[in-house]
Amino acid sequence: MNYSDIAITAFAIAVMADLFLFKNSLLTRPAFWTSYAIILPFQFLTNWWLTSKNIVMYHPDAIVGLRIFSAPAEDLLFGFALILGTMDMWEFWGRRGMQRDPRPNKDKGI
Amino acid sequence: MAMLIFTVCGSFWLEIALKVGVLRRIKRVALSVLPISTLFLIWDAYAISKGHWFFDREQILGIYGPLNIPLEEYLFFIVIPMAAIMTIEGVTTVKPHWRKDEFGQ
Repeated sequence: MNYSDIAITAFAIAVMADLFLFKNSLLTRPAFWTSYAIILPFQFLTNWWLTSKNIVMYHPDAIVGLRIFSAPAEDLLFGFALILGTMDMWEFWGRRGMQRDPRPNKDKGI
Repeated sequence: MAMLIFTVCGSFWLEIALKVGVLRRIKRVALSVLPISTLFLIWDAYAISKGHWFFDREQILGIYGPLNIPLEEYLFFIVIPMAAIMTIEGVTTVKPHWRKDEFGQ
């Protein structure tokens, strides 16, 4: 499996897990999409930095070759899976009652 | 490394400005970030070993952790997920009615 294959797989797993494994799917909620809309430009900016300066390089055989702001298109799937997966876990623990409140004195723990 | 510092500056101010209190809930952060970042670091190790991606040794710190993964990559998979959590917490702090969906209240 090259970068494209794994990126598509990770994206699919994250989406399926969000829709079918976690309750209250983030993909159906404006809080997630608003957050993603905020994060995406920063992802473009940082990825552009890392790839245009050749800090990170990709083997031509590992990617499809489509580049968005100098970064491989696969990065979008990779970033989406990473962000969605993390937020789903965060919400999962929150729903389990773990450290729901930002203020520590109200924290009940789990 | 500069990119990671940029991300920290770009997101961690929410901790102060909006009092999202993510850093105060470090246990929940750890239990959210680490399972996901572990999966991605396994992917990272595999991709590095197969040469899917590689790094300019002149432009990274040159410190390598286990599995031949540069230190920056380890930090990336801690900083970026934390920034993501702070972002959604920031959003739901500004739009509290969106938080209702979270716990079905």
